[in-house]
Amino acid sequence: MELVKGLFKIPSFLFGLALFLGTLGLAFFGPLLWHIDVVSRVGDPYMAPGAGHWLGTDHLGVDMVSMLITGLRASLYVGFLAGVVATVVGTLIGVYGGYKGGLLDDILTVATNLFLVIPTLIVLILLSSSMEKGRSLTLIALIIGCTTWTWSARAVRAQSASLRARDHVALARINGYSTIEIVLEQILPYLLSYVFMVFILQTATAILTEATISMLGLGPYDSISLGKILNDARTNEALIGGKWWAFIPAMVLVTVIAFSLYVINTAMEGVFNPRLRK
Amino acid sequence: MTEHLKFEATHISRVFGHGKKAVTAVDDVSFAIKDREIISLVGQSGCGKTVLAKMLLRLEQPTRGELLFNGKPITATGDPRNHWRQVQAVFQDPFSCFNQFFTIRNQLKASFRLFEKKPSPAEIEERVDQALLAVNIKPREIDGKFPFELSGGQMQRMLLARIFILKPQVLIADEPTSMVDACSRASILDYLMKLKEELSMTIVFVTHDIGLAYYVSDSIYIMHKGKIVEQGPPDDVTQRPQSDVTKRLLEDIPDVHREWIPREAAVAAAR
Repeated sequence: MELVKGLFKIPSFLFGLALFLGTLGLAFFGPLLWHIDVVSRVGDPYMAPGAGHWLGTDHLGVDMVSMLITGLRASLYVGFLAGVVATVVGTLIGVYGGYKGGLLDDILTVATNLFLVIPTLIVLILLSSSMEKGRSLTLIALIIGCTTWTWSARAVRAQSASLRARDHVALARINGYSTIEIVLEQILPYLLSYVFMVFILQTATAILTEATISMLGLGPYDSISLGKILNDARTNEALIGGKWWAFIPAMVLVTVIAFSLYVINTAMEGVFNPRLRK
Repeated sequence: MTEHLKFEATHISRVFGHGKKAVTAVDDVSFAIKDREIISLVGQSGCGKTVLAKMLLRLEQPTRGELLFNGKPITATGDPRNHWRQVQAVFQDPFSCFNQFFTIRNQLKASFRLFEKKPSPAEIEERVDQALLAVNIKPREIDGKFPFELSGGQMQRMLLARIFILKPQVLIADEPTSMVDACSRASILDYLMKLKEELSMTIVFVTHDIGLAYYVSDSIYIMHKGKIVEQGPPDDVTQRPQSDVTKRLLEDIPDVHREWIPREAAVAAAR
């Protein structure tokens, strides 16, 4: 608890948290404050921001604020889902390998490193473009989660390996705990703060990755995401035409989410890993 | 005579790693530990005494050689829990011995996992209380407490309370007194003796303190670089040391303790 209290005294953590909660608030409460309509044309294409449509309209004449709030919700959904998948898969593999050690650990480490050197983006692009139909937001999130778990695995493995030599683990063994029980009860709780930090990082990475592939035109078919708004702007000549409201706000939102998560992560690392504190 | 031997080791070694990085922690060691004997494994840090203790506990397997427990290979029973029902341990660092996320009481209750027939919840509570009383702790005193809320001496007694619950035949005590104050040390030694008397246990006492080993053991094994360099009754080892390692260990004892009180007198005085 002391650590958590300490966390709330760090300005950068509070700043990151405020930014992140702000974007979350926009995603959750936006639809209550703003009439969301992403299917009807409310005006001419690329109407400049003004009264009624604060951020103008897109290439089809759809209200930009509606698009952004919907896109933000989609991006956060992808981020959390992919973050959870990557963290759970990576943590289990990392903790298990680190605890077991020996040949099994070697095999898992080699597998992790193999996944690590496979360029995630290229795999994602290949997978996405091979699935013309049925490329849903959830599927994209799962693909991102399943290709980025290596970071969690590596981060957690080292911690787990250092815990396995502790006496309380030896005591659990001679109490008859099974390996799985030891991993879940004796090792994982000690890593929770660490796993949480990894989760934040994985979420930020997933949001950025989704934005990247959506911008390349390989995003979900069934929903609007921030990356998809960027792609629409790109393919419909918003950049050349100087229609800044079609892409700048979406860019800012993606940046703000990722930035706030990175700031939170860095502040937490400083608290949970005292050696980094100055 | 084999039936009176608890442990019998013939040329056991434990090597960690392989190739150039191989480290031999225990090197070709043979010994026999009789039933109800107190053995002290004495040596400096890194001499292999803890690894040897872990092999007796079946937490490490010998790389070479044969280790018998009650006349059978230690791995003869497939389920290691059978071994841990009979051979238990207390460890050196009382603070790192318990999981900081669970209450002490719950962790003591976890010992009942080893029982072939698990007692009823009410009986478990009852037996935990009895074990706590056996180590002079009022059961209510630790209710809802987490490991970090107790002192080192109390924690070490929690480890001993576990042993009162499990009632094993053999206790491996890995430096149980090295991290507590002098006062707790005396009481922990008392509890060890009490355990031996009550449960007629065999005790393997791992320590770097040859002075302590002298007072508690029936036999002392001196270890150095993975080998047992000298073994024998405490009087022989301390009065007529044969090996240089033993002589050095004896040299290291502070002068105030240099005068050896006859063991019978010391034990009587301690009572």
